[in-house]
Amino acid sequence: MAMLKTFKLGGVHPPENKLSAGRAIEVLPLPEQAFIPLNQNLGAPGVPLVQKGEQVKTGQLIAKGEAFISSNVHSSVSGKVLKIDDLMDPSGYRRPSVVIQVEGDEWVPSIDRSETLVRNISLSQKEIIEKIHEMGIVGLGGATFPSHVKLMVPAGKKAEVLIINGVECEPYLTADHRLMLEKGAEILVGTSILMKGLGVERAIIGIENNKPDAISNMSELSKSFQGITIVPLRVKYPQGGEKQLIKAVTGREVPSGKLPIEVGAVVNNVGTAFAVYEAVQKNKPLFERVVTITGKSLKEPGNYLVRTGTPISMLIEKAGGLPDDTGKIIGGGPMMGKALLSTEIPVVKGSSGILILRKNESKRVPVIHCIRCARCVSACPMGLEPLLLAQYAQQEMWDDCERERVMDCIECGSCHYTCPSGRPLLDYIRLGKFRVGQIIRNRGKN
Amino acid sequence: MSVLTVSGSPHIHGDASVKKIMYTVVYAMVPAMLVSVYFFGLDALRVLVISSLACLFFEWLIQKYLIKGPVSVNDGSALVTGVLLAFNVPTNLPVWILIIGAFVSIGMAKMSFGGLGKNPFNPALVGRIFLLISFPVQMTTWPAPRALFGNLPAYPDALSGSTPLGYLKEGLKTSTVPELFETMPGMLMDFIGYIGGSLGEVSAAALLIGAAYMFYKRVITWEIPTAYIGSVVIFSGILWLVNPDAYANPLFHLLTGGLILGAFYMATDMVSSPISSRAQIIFGIGCGVITILIRIWGAYPEGVSFAIVIMNAFTPLLNKGFKPKRFGERLKAA
Repeated sequence: MAMLKTFKLGGVHPPENKLSAGRAIEVLPLPEQAFIPLNQNLGAPGVPLVQKGEQVKTGQLIAKGEAFISSNVHSSVSGKVLKIDDLMDPSGYRRPSVVIQVEGDEWVPSIDRSETLVRNISLSQKEIIEKIHEMGIVGLGGATFPSHVKLMVPAGKKAEVLIINGVECEPYLTADHRLMLEKGAEILVGTSILMKGLGVERAIIGIENNKPDAISNMSELSKSFQGITIVPLRVKYPQGGEKQLIKAVTGREVPSGKLPIEVGAVVNNVGTAFAVYEAVQKNKPLFERVVTITGKSLKEPGNYLVRTGTPISMLIEKAGGLPDDTGKIIGGGPMMGKALLSTEIPVVKGSSGILILRKNESKRVPVIHCIRCARCVSACPMGLEPLLLAQYAQQEMWDDCERERVMDCIECGSCHYTCPSGRPLLDYIRLGKFRVGQIIRNRGKN
Repeated sequence: MSVLTVSGSPHIHGDASVKKIMYTVVYAMVPAMLVSVYFFGLDALRVLVISSLACLFFEWLIQKYLIKGPVSVNDGSALVTGVLLAFNVPTNLPVWILIIGAFVSIGMAKMSFGGLGKNPFNPALVGRIFLLISFPVQMTTWPAPRALFGNLPAYPDALSGSTPLGYLKEGLKTSTVPELFETMPGMLMDFIGYIGGSLGEVSAAALLIGAAYMFYKRVITWEIPTAYIGSVVIFSGILWLVNPDAYANPLFHLLTGGLILGAFYMATDMVSSPISSRAQIIFGIGCGVITILIRIWGAYPEGVSFAIVIMNAFTPLLNKGFKPKRFGERLKAA
């Protein structure tokens, strides 16, 4: 068999632990109250359009993304707006959120709720972009970058290929895997819509070969779609990283500090492709998504279709309740996810999974001296020297951090994961990125 | 509900630890230890035990009473130094000299720089070089190997007290290489270790078994050993092709002396070798060239320790000059 494709530099192989891979997507019941943050995207928050006491329908626009990099927010439930208040979101900060008392489930009538697959794309390129903007679609892989912005290719650049990310390289997470098994045709129509929106003839869907069922399902379905190729990839973390995936499927390297469009590529997640299908073909805004609830001590790990604004406690209850030995709750996967501060945090557009770690899995290993083994260097998918960057950041040597390309770090965590001395390399590198980022921005002002 | 832990990502850690790495190196040296005991008997055992214990003791003493910090003698690094130091001395070395070597290795070369991870030079090699310069006679008088059991040909008297490299260097003053080779036990014996020398430089076979284990456990990478051995073979090969009477063949250089030990176990020392793949290759080539320069034109018959320590000194420069290949580098230049 031919060698499967993958990216070249670095990478690690954490245990996959895809506990919920065999569990079909179920619909999670509605919460009593929905807590919908106004900022569920990378960029500026939406401006609220509703007031306390107002009745809203499911799918109704409740906040408008007015800035260039911003996104609309729609109500995920029907009912009465109780208040607009600062509530903790998955970032751990208190941010403006709309709290809605759920009453029934009355959808905005323009949404097509039928299950029929609509293949024919009637919208023009411009209309597609407008629709995606209107429906509040953001990147569902985790970065939540507004999707319509990605489709607007900057002047002087040309998009050649659309890459759909079905890698799901984070351990434990299975939401994208299930979506590819259960909504494959919809993902492919969504991909075709994105191709039209972007003006490209070619799309590649990259899937790691630990999901052979998804590869065969998507390959079979893709035969009737023009220009879409399924590329199986050798398992390696962080293959779902935008730059790594582009390298793996096209062999091209996005230059330092540049966007994928520099090499003619635009990357979207399979979840995003599905959301785009629903938005464009079914007129449905993004207010629900598939979320994996998982963890070794959970009774029933699974995958659920969850309305945004649903507290994660409802997901945890559905999976058999919070285990006694819980030490940490993570929004996302174990490599790049964020530790959450409470179980009352709502599911948002960017929530790919909730991972419950046991107490003994939650503690970091003791930190000792760096022995310069260079495993972090071998593991770094960006070809950086994490040991050096961490050392510079620790000693506040920001110029050296910048020269050694701290801003190239994609925060995949491979360095910290692989360090035999247990050094919190990424903690220091994040600090370095933050400070160097400030310095670079200030430089622009002068 | 209990309190939740909150920390930055990543939230899982691989199973690597410094202790595991160090003990992997110790286990990798077991075959060579056994062969040395087979050829040199209890003397070999005595040197191994005393060197290891002395290194552990000095590390403990310094950490507890001089630095007054946490004691980490059980991390395995002092044990690695102890065994490597033992591998680098003759089995009949007086105990007190060996203890001085351990003190220099741990005290001077390792702890005075800040302990594990901070030493610029390989501690065991610093200890060996210190002993070689301070006690040249005791450090260069080797007992003849005597197999504990089995039926090996009698060891030539002419070679007793010397190593093949020393014998060759001395003999070349009056004879040619082919003449000298006829009086030696031959390459196969060199390979299994039936030759005079320090504990760890005798059996290439046993060392290679251990090296394979370290590769398998990913404790060493291919760059340094390949570049080191490759450059030795090429450099000595060219000389041999030019004049086979005056220069020994590359296989002889490969199987005798401390080359295998140095290339796989000491030049690869993580702390004192460079970081990037490119820098490691240059480091290995430097080691190989210096080794042959010393072996052929230097004052000493063996040059591995000096070569590695000299290249250790270049490590910071190599780290600065040869960065790893960055992602996106190629296109940026275009």
